[in-house]
Amino acid sequence: MRLAAALLALCVALFALSLVTGHSEAPAWRSLAALLRDDGTPLSIVMREIRLPRALLAAMVGASLGLAGAALQGYLRNPLAEPGLIGVSGAAALGAVLAIQTGLALQFALALPLAALGMAVVAVLLILVLAGPRGGSITLILAGIAISALAGALTSLVLNLSPNPFAAADIVFWTMGSLADRSFTHVWLALPFMAAGWAMLAGLGRGLDMLTLGEDAAQAMGTDLVRLRLMLILGTAASVGAATAVAGAIGFVGLVVPHLLRPLVGARPSALLWASALGGAAMVLAADVAVRVLLPERDLKLGVLMALVGAPLFLHLIYRTRKEMP
Amino acid sequence: MPRVGRSSRGCVRASRVISLAAALALALAGAAVPAGAQKPPPPRRVVSINLCTDQLALMLAAPGQLVSVSRLAHDPDSSAMFEAARELPANGSGAEEVYLLAPDLVLAGTYSSEATVQMLRRLGIRVERFAPAQSLADIPRRIARMGRVLGREAAAARMIARFNADLAALRQAPARRPRAALYYVNSFTLGERSLAGDILKAAGFDNIADEAGLDWGGTLPLERLILLAPEVIVKGRDYPGQARAEEPLSHPALRALERSRVIGPLADRDWICGTPRVLGAIRSLRRQAPPPEASR
Repeated sequence: MRLAAALLALCVALFALSLVTGHSEAPAWRSLAALLRDDGTPLSIVMREIRLPRALLAAMVGASLGLAGAALQGYLRNPLAEPGLIGVSGAAALGAVLAIQTGLALQFALALPLAALGMAVVAVLLILVLAGPRGGSITLILAGIAISALAGALTSLVLNLSPNPFAAADIVFWTMGSLADRSFTHVWLALPFMAAGWAMLAGLGRGLDMLTLGEDAAQAMGTDLVRLRLMLILGTAASVGAATAVAGAIGFVGLVVPHLLRPLVGARPSALLWASALGGAAMVLAADVAVRVLLPERDLKLGVLMALVGAPLFLHLIYRTRKEMP
Repeated sequence: MPRVGRSSRGCVRASRVISLAAALALALAGAAVPAGAQKPPPPRRVVSINLCTDQLALMLAAPGQLVSVSRLAHDPDSSAMFEAARELPANGSGAEEVYLLAPDLVLAGTYSSEATVQMLRRLGIRVERFAPAQSLADIPRRIARMGRVLGREAAAARMIARFNADLAALRQAPARRPRAALYYVNSFTLGERSLAGDILKAAGFDNIADEAGLDWGGTLPLERLILLAPEVIVKGRDYPGQARAEEPLSHPALRALERSRVIGPLADRDWICGTPRVLGAIRSLRRQAPPPEASR
């Protein structure tokens, strides 16, 4: 419980920091006052229509990615499983790009998260089929590379074929992710799908704990593995799909956060789920503050910062898993 | 301190340019008739490979003199003269294609592909490159030069005289100058040292890009635009298809800015090129200006 309180406090602090980070020279207390009370000034509009949805989305996207990473790692019993690395985020981005470029998202706003969710389901299914129930590291990583590469190439293709001269520049957004100038439209679009995904993944805790004893033991103790797998697929696809549809594919969150928190929760998958959700929120909030402080005018992509932190860790994990293999 | 020095030198330069342009226009208007005898014959097959030289050439060339325009000139969203341009075949601006049209003069922009221009010159074709206009004062100079290279000095002089007269009439701006912002895709804005910024100024607005320290132009993040709260936000053109770069133009925060008025999307074609068509841009902006008694 001390960990939960600490993570929650960190999230609240970073949320507040995110709210007061930006282009205004107004002191923090005045910005926060303008947020709470609409005084009709431009500062109020900036706080309410730009900063607040941005901070909310950072927390929501981070929680989704952290939770999905912890759940995938628990199910596959492999610390390398992460929505970005195994291609789920990339596939979701492809779905979102297709919905936008075909004009479907203009006629029917929900088409955007639904298309992202649909492609994410396809990617998770492919991964589970290819990696098998035990989730061997090599097949998992290879399948992830293949799915990421294909999804990324198709995303580039669709954007290059767009009649809009600026569409090709969107490739960076969809592969690296950013929260710049998002609005409440995006919050409301993503929240229902994310909430459904969180609910499905949060319910997996007991089953994942059982699974640490092996599949046979888990089944003998009454875990319904078919239902577990279905919930994992839908929950991951819904939360990661919605997150990617509004913020692009942000990698490594689901890798770094569970890795950091695992020792603190005694390596129990059920405890790692909520801890990773909070930790993920904190991490993306922090990264989103950092991109605005480092290069305020340039819209540095979140994925760039996350990769700088995450890729070395990923290499380290591969090195360690290699030693354990025959 | 060196910055102050540089900017004041810039001002001197700008005013000198304006007077130079005026002098040039007068000289041309006076000396147009006796030209011709000692000069080389005017080009007979002219091909243009740049949107702005397309339009100037369409306005000034003799019948049959211009044989092809760039493909962009046929696009109604980009080209102010797409109807006239469609009478002529379009070219894709590549050296091979242009060479096969057998031109004796090629009109290009300074940003046209260097490789194309060099290749055409190596093949023995005269290429004239025009820099994009960066102010209203550049326009008479571009017209005069186009008149010279096409051997149509008299037509150019008439066009310059008319442009200057029309512009002078439009310059009588209202006393109150509303603060305005030009806002384009990718949160881009243009400052006073650009043609669009000059159009905005001539239409009677103060450009907030100057307050933001962007006198050429640059990225103006949405947050800063809102905090500067201009009275008028002039939105740039809406391109076909979708791109995330266009999303700041439809962000709910712009609608929430109650005391600001968003106008546009603009007909970009009147703004891109330094031709007399910019007068249309000034007039349409002037029409959409907020009434003088509007509350500040």
